[in-house]
Amino acid sequence: MADGWSIGRHAFTSRLLVGTGKYPDFPTMQRALAASGAEVVTVAVRRLDLSKQGAESLLEWIPKGMRLLPNTAACFTADEAIRTARLGRELEMGDLVKLEVIGDRRTLFPDVVGLVEAARVLVKEGFTVLPYTNDDPVTAKRLEDVGCAAVMPLGAPIGSGLGLRNPYNLRIIMETVKVPVLVDAGVGTASDAALAMELGAVAVLMNTAIAEAKDPVLMAEAMRAGIEAGRKAFLAGRIPTKLHASASSPMTGLVGS
Amino acid sequence: MQVRLNGELREIPDGLTVAGLLGHLGVKAQRVAVELNDAVVTKDRYEAQRIGPGDSVEIVAFVGGG
Repeated sequence: MADGWSIGRHAFTSRLLVGTGKYPDFPTMQRALAASGAEVVTVAVRRLDLSKQGAESLLEWIPKGMRLLPNTAACFTADEAIRTARLGRELEMGDLVKLEVIGDRRTLFPDVVGLVEAARVLVKEGFTVLPYTNDDPVTAKRLEDVGCAAVMPLGAPIGSGLGLRNPYNLRIIMETVKVPVLVDAGVGTASDAALAMELGAVAVLMNTAIAEAKDPVLMAEAMRAGIEAGRKAFLAGRIPTKLHASASSPMTGLVGS
Repeated sequence: MQVRLNGELREIPDGLTVAGLLGHLGVKAQRVAVELNDAVVTKDRYEAQRIGPGDSVEIVAFVGGG
């Protein structure tokens, strides 16, 4: 069964997007990326270390055919994020950007005011903007209104592994906006990814949960399976919850009755 | 001449273009993006764009991130 999805003019099959940070080494990253089945990988834009010329490039270890999604991680103002997005576009020669404007160092929660401002500018410059945002339906709507191609609310703080702390808000966001909703950040294990998909997320973006697992390659496989299971459960339509039992076997015709 | 290169003051030969600077530093142009005084220099302008004294140059590349 074909079950594709798209952001702007970009079409995808895999509903798992993965990061490239925090891996113990490049070979492990490469195997984990391949095992994840992801078609999109995030990358960060940083000053080139001029003292380390000839060092191995990250790009050599990203499996061929994967689309790069430059991020604006660690930008604390709209202006920094806009500059970084422009540099990312120059590096990648594509129009996708994962837009982050961070408001707080300890929690890495987004500065949603700066985020909307940066999104507005970048959309006008022709970027396909995927904003990392708080789990706030009003902000999600503002981001859609300024032309973002998707919204990416957090499940929990970046790298925390706390899972989906506010599944109800995520559901409300999915009801509120028409653009695709991707859950980004907070996933700790495969059941978190499955839950995001069961709620109706279009896809899930994660990094730490795979990269810092004891066995990143095996966790990438688990996440892939979790995403697929959650997506199928969402499509299949779960039963309503009930307080009392509903027997699966006939209650009549028992021996001796 | 002195320029600010990735945030640090540095002496480079006078009159270099962006392409010349990358060559001087031994950096492969296809792996990086360049900003001159806060504005991106697109690759098609590397040969023509000159760098002046006191200019601020940023040379960036992709690294791992989420």
